[in-house]
Amino acid sequence: MSEFFSQGGFAFFVWGAYGMVALLLVAEILQLRAEWRTIWSRLGRLTRMRDSGGTE
Amino acid sequence: MALNWFKFASPATFYPIAGRLIPVFWILTLLLLAIGLYWGFFETASQLGGSNPQKEYYRIIFIHVPSAWMSMWLYIVMVAWAAIGLIFNTRLSFMMANAVAPTGAIFTFLALWTGAFWGRPSWGTYWDWDPRLTSELVLFFMYIGYMALHSAIDDTRRADRASALLAIVGLIMVPVIFWSINCPDPNQCAALHQRSNLTRIDGNILFSMLTMTLAFWMYSFATTFMRLRGIILTREAENTWVQDLLNARGRT
Repeated sequence: MSEFFSQGGFAFFVWGAYGMVALLLVAEILQLRAEWRTIWSRLGRLTRMRDSGGTE
Repeated sequence: MALNWFKFASPATFYPIAGRLIPVFWILTLLLLAIGLYWGFFETASQLGGSNPQKEYYRIIFIHVPSAWMSMWLYIVMVAWAAIGLIFNTRLSFMMANAVAPTGAIFTFLALWTGAFWGRPSWGTYWDWDPRLTSELVLFFMYIGYMALHSAIDDTRRADRASALLAIVGLIMVPVIFWSINCPDPNQCAALHQRSNLTRIDGNILFSMLTMTLAFWMYSFATTFMRLRGIILTREAENTWVQDLLNARGRT
């Protein structure tokens, strides 16, 4: 197992590269999910404003 | 075939289609990632001998080459949608171009980052102003420029057209990156990348590399469609179909 993680002494380079890929791809997914929730809550707010007879 | 393609060009029609496709693309992504990573780490030699004496760090190839390919491919896709938008004036095409750009920028950055982590052990440097590295960096700035220009113009339709033009101009970078390793005279200029030839790669390495490329491609479809649905909702907020969607969601 530790042999696998050491990658023949190149652990820093191999995991440094793979780590950034994992980090950015996961970050993109989380950002998209957060954005999705923001869009829906904003749409809901807009409709409520309209329904409550706002003059705007 | 009597299929009316312009029917799919309506955001209202494509919104539910994209929603149904997203889980399919996620499943494909996970499946291909599992196969590609397993094969890349456990079914390939730990060292490349002979004329290419690279050690374990060559395994970066399984993410570096797919990221680099996706960075160029997504730029072509983005420009294609931007151009279709300019020609047919279809709203969905511009939204599609908008949705592709951030994923493309991420893959461009990852191609540069993984390249740096591969370059350090094999060439002895994280960065060099080599033709291919430099032109890939310019591609990254093209993505950033496209997104920045779009967000800088308040009128969405004008932003769409202006940034589409910028994207089309930047398309020149794709063939430049592709042929940047063909230096006619090694005394005049030097390219660090070797000339690549897919037929000379070991079968197991090629298999994982192509599987990872497919995985990244499916990932791009999934994230692009997720972003696209957000863009559609934002831009079509005043339309009745979005209101109906909202009411249906509010009742449940």
